[in-house]
Amino acid sequence: MSLSREDVKKVALLARLELTDDEIDAQAANINNLLAHIESLQSLDVEGIEPTSHSMPVVNVLREDAARPSLSREETLANAPLARDGCFVVPRIVEGD
Amino acid sequence: MSKDAYRGELTGLSAVEARAMVAKGEISAKEMAEAALERIEEMEPQIHALLTVTPEAALSQAAEIDRRRAAGEPLPPLAGVPLAIKDAICSAGIRSTAGSRILHNFIPPYDATVTARLRAAGALLVGKANCDEFAMGSSTENSGFYPTLNPRDTSRVPGGSSGGSAAAVCAHEAAIALGSDTGGSIRQPAAFCGVVGLKPTYGRVSRYGLIAYASSLDQIGPITRTVADTALVLNAIAGHDPLDSTCTSVPVPDFTAACRADVAGLRIGVPKEYFALGVDAQVAASVRAAVDRLCEMGAVADECSLPTTDYALAAYYIIAPAEASSNLARFDGVKYGFRTKELAGHIGLTEKTRDEGFGAEVKQRIMIGTYALSHGYYDAYYKRAQQVRTLIRRDFDAAFERFDVLAMPTAPTVAYRIGEKSDPLAMKLGDVCTIPINMAGLPGISIPCGLADGLPVGLQLVAKAYDEETLLRAAYTFELAGQPR
Repeated sequence: MSLSREDVKKVALLARLELTDDEIDAQAANINNLLAHIESLQSLDVEGIEPTSHSMPVVNVLREDAARPSLSREETLANAPLARDGCFVVPRIVEGD
Repeated sequence: MSKDAYRGELTGLSAVEARAMVAKGEISAKEMAEAALERIEEMEPQIHALLTVTPEAALSQAAEIDRRRAAGEPLPPLAGVPLAIKDAICSAGIRSTAGSRILHNFIPPYDATVTARLRAAGALLVGKANCDEFAMGSSTENSGFYPTLNPRDTSRVPGGSSGGSAAAVCAHEAAIALGSDTGGSIRQPAAFCGVVGLKPTYGRVSRYGLIAYASSLDQIGPITRTVADTALVLNAIAGHDPLDSTCTSVPVPDFTAACRADVAGLRIGVPKEYFALGVDAQVAASVRAAVDRLCEMGAVADECSLPTTDYALAAYYIIAPAEASSNLARFDGVKYGFRTKELAGHIGLTEKTRDEGFGAEVKQRIMIGTYALSHGYYDAYYKRAQQVRTLIRRDFDAAFERFDVLAMPTAPTVAYRIGEKSDPLAMKLGDVCTIPINMAGLPGISIPCGLADGLPVGLQLVAKAYDEETLLRAAYTFELAGQPR
């Protein structure tokens, strides 16, 4: 398996990364290099083996659905690059008035 | 004795010694804090272990410790002990960057659970330690700010990703430090700097407030100069936390009680695969000599095999990037951190911010993870990697039916030169001895076991899940006996 420039662009869009032309070439080379290494996994017989998503058997942990104090609006917005009127500011998403 | 010489001795104290002297009133916590801050001023221009120095936090905590002592109140277990915390771990009111430009100005509004617990234990936070960006890397060269240099030889890397934590402890800037370990990021820098590093069992220590890399593998742990200090720090940070649902309520013993010289009858397994994987001959010899030393003291060793070892690295480089691609989706230039100056629509803002804010290695892992999880490739990559993880776990389960601990090198080589591993894959291959332990969720410790080419070699010991006590006992015994001659 090997990724073309077009494949890399598609994945970059999914990952929300706007890569420069030079970066696309470098990424393609690095990813293909790593994929070649990862290819070794295909030679292992995993038929019928259960996948492990967590190294420890952790089951759902539930707690009471009780209200408790959380961060204030000021604290929450304190790190925002741009905030106004108690809200995060983002570029216009919906077109028109 | 001159004042300078005296201060130098203070920074060389272990946490156990420093705490005892503060408790007896032989020194004040203020003196401990000032000595550490002076040492930082002296050493930082040479090693760059820290991203932020925190004199206010250290001195105000010291004043509180000294007040309590004067009032005759009992002192907590790490009272007056200088501490450095990896910058991927949040500290309220103190900048926490995870080594990334995208968080260059992030000031967390809350403490990570481990930060809060160490503050409560009386430790003096002297600084936030440099690391590879989002803990992705093995040399601290991938820091978004500057590389850290190895205090043992400043032409070499300190290891990574917790390289700043290991270098700070090695250079006596702090007695204790916290790192995080996803594929070896505590143990490998500890080995490269000649100090002690413990990755606890997955679920032993809360990850709340750790800026996530790969959530099913990440674990926080201590880096110290002695095994007893590691036990002391683990006592303070281990145990259930309602804020992390993967942090278990398995009872926490007193780990300092495990620090006793006794390996009589201890069964040590030596997995042969860990001496093949491109391991330097001198490193292998040093580790084998350490096992012999433990046997002279009453342990019994035998060779064993963990056949899936050779596939662990490949499986890791699917699972970790897949989790990272999801974890790092939150950095969008809206809620916190860096934002691009170009406001080109909503998606454009996010894409530009991430391209400008992340370094090359982080982008590469996000890309691989996104690809591995994308439609049509999930079964071939992600699911298969999770199945391989099951096989790795079974290998270890089988080995622990015969052995109490496993012994192997922490890393295949000693610390390499800055810039030596410019090929990203070559650097990743250096994590081959530590990654399988994360994949299985087991506790592992690295302790200094000798020198190769004049640089420290790490002995890695691995135990069953939640059996840090056996690890500490074996490591303590080895440390006390001294390195093999």
